[in-house]
Parts: sequence; structure tokens; C-alpha cells
Amino acid sequence: MTTTAPLAIDGPAAPPRSNGELVFAEPWEGRAFGMAVSLHDAGAFAWERFQAALIRRIAAWEAGHPEGECWSYYTQWLAALEDVLTADGTVAEGEVAARAHALAERPAGYDHEDHDDHAGHGHGHGH
Amino acid sequence: MTTSGSDVETAPRPSPSLRTEALEQLLTERGLVDPSVMDKFIANYETNVGPLNGAKVVAKAWTDPEYRKRLLDEGTSAIKELGFAGPQGEHIVVVENTPTLHNVTVCTLCSCYPWPVLGLPPSWYKDPAYRARVVREPRAVLAEMGLDLADDVEIVVRDSSSEVRWLVLPERPAGTEDLTEEELVPLITRDALVGVAKVQAPA
Repeated sequence: MTTTAPLAIDGPAAPPRSNGELVFAEPWEGRAFGMAVSLHDAGAFAWERFQAALIRRIAAWEAGHPEGECWSYYTQWLAALEDVLTADGTVAEGEVAARAHALAERPAGYDHEDHDDHAGHGHGHGH
Repeated sequence: MTTSGSDVETAPRPSPSLRTEALEQLLTERGLVDPSVMDKFIANYETNVGPLNGAKVVAKAWTDPEYRKRLLDEGTSAIKELGFAGPQGEHIVVVENTPTLHNVTVCTLCSCYPWPVLGLPPSWYKDPAYRARVVREPRAVLAEMGLDLADDVEIVVRDSSSEVRWLVLPERPAGTEDLTEEELVPLITRDALVGVAKVQAPA
């Protein structure tokens, strides 16, 4: 490695690897991303199927969405993933919502909706 | 952990955070995803795969004319030569910016982006405003992003899709003739590889 480079490529002063911004704004975005990629990697679906579902979701949001609802790319990503998994019967219609409501009713100490440290606990690990 | 159907019907739509957790639980219970495998994918894209890979590709192209030719002729395989491959890494086409022609990339329908060389796309790339406006008024959008192009520079907007993922080969800036490939790498930014910036010579 040269010593005259303005910045070391691999050293502590290396240029940003993560695009100069957080790749995921919230932990759940990373989980939603990781689920789609690992399902595809395991052969659960062709990427084109997921991509087509994502395009439909984004187009639908852009065609009309509830007043005041902010754009969230990974919300569309998650919805597309649910579409693919519901269409092939991997999860039943309404099943994700039912489980989410059950999770919402956990005692306050277990509800990490308001926490920002998801990584250390919960979110399905250990099942 | 059971909820009656009527509760679900009347309850507000759960947050994406809860839906994600619910889906991950269901898929994990069915043996379809392994959270530790997911962790590896997420960590890899958060920390390892990023625009540094694309910067290495461009620095090599700037310093190795044979590689440059292979890269422009057959982007995907030339990029694989350096070990960068994976999801969204197929069908990468590299286009060259010149003093008179400027390429800028977008995905108007969703967010197609060459992950293995650039990592995951930044938030503005996925934003409906960028995706719609850069097609209609690229010169204005680029100016807003800090890139003022002269009127005689032709702008070509490259719309990515599942068939083609574009990567821009930016111009090598004047004043960098004496720099080595390794010295050039840190100058090359993500934005230059998307086409919303130029590479600047070191001050």
C-alpha cells in the first residue's frame, strides 16, 4: 500500500463504504432487506418476481396514497415481499397483520417500537 | 399469541417495524429464513459492499487501457474480474463520460442499482422526485445537486431496469496524471459513479 495516497483505501481513514450515509435509516429496514435477499438466495423466489411486485407497490403509492403519508422506500419493499409470499402461499392472507398485532400487545418492556437498540434482542432471533 | 379476526379487522394497520418482525418470526418458524444468515447479508451490505468497489473498477480503467476496453465492452464480466459479483450485479453496462457527453443514471420504476459495485442506493436515488424529475429536467436536477454542466454538454439519462444496470465511468480529472491506481481510488465518489457529480482532483 502506498504511503502517499491522500486516503488509505483499507485503513482507518478509508473513504466511506456505506455511501456516506446510513444504508438503513431504521433497524427494521435492514431486516426487511435481509429477509428478501436471504429468501432469494435460498431459492424461495426469482428476483424478477420480487422486483415486479416492488414496481407495482411503488407505482401504486405514487398514483395515490393517504394524505400526509411520507414516502418510505422500505415500506414498499416490505409490502412487495408480503405480496410475493402471500401469492405463493408461504404466508396466509392476514397472517402477518395478526402476528404484528399480537406483537404490539406485548408488555411495554418487550415492545421495542420506541427503542432504537433493536439489534441486541428480539426480532425473531432464537425461535 | 392469538388474535381474533375481528380485532385485526378493526385495528389500525401495524407499523412496518412490527410487520417486519412478525414476518421474520413466521418465516423463521417455518425454517425459511435463518436470522443469523440474514444478519450476515445485512452486515455485508452495511459495511463491506459499497462504492469503494466501483471506485476500484474506475481507477483500474483509468490506468489500464486494456481493462478500460473490456469494461466498456462487457461491464459485468470485467467487474467480475475484480471479484465483484452478486445480486443486482448482472447486466451492468458501463458508459463513459466525456467533456461533451454526460451520463446520469436513474431507475424510474423502482430502484435498480448495481449493488456489487456501489452498495445499496442512497435515499435520494429511490425518491419519487429524483426518479421522475431527472428524466424530465436532468440539467436542473444536476445543478440542484451541485453539478453545473455547460449548455453544450449533452446529457444522457440512463434508465436502469432488470435488463440493464448502468454504471458511469467518470472523466479522469486534470492534474491526476501522476497519481497511481491506488492513489486515484479515494478520489472517486459514489455520486460520480451514478453521474450526479464529477471526480475532483485533490486540492
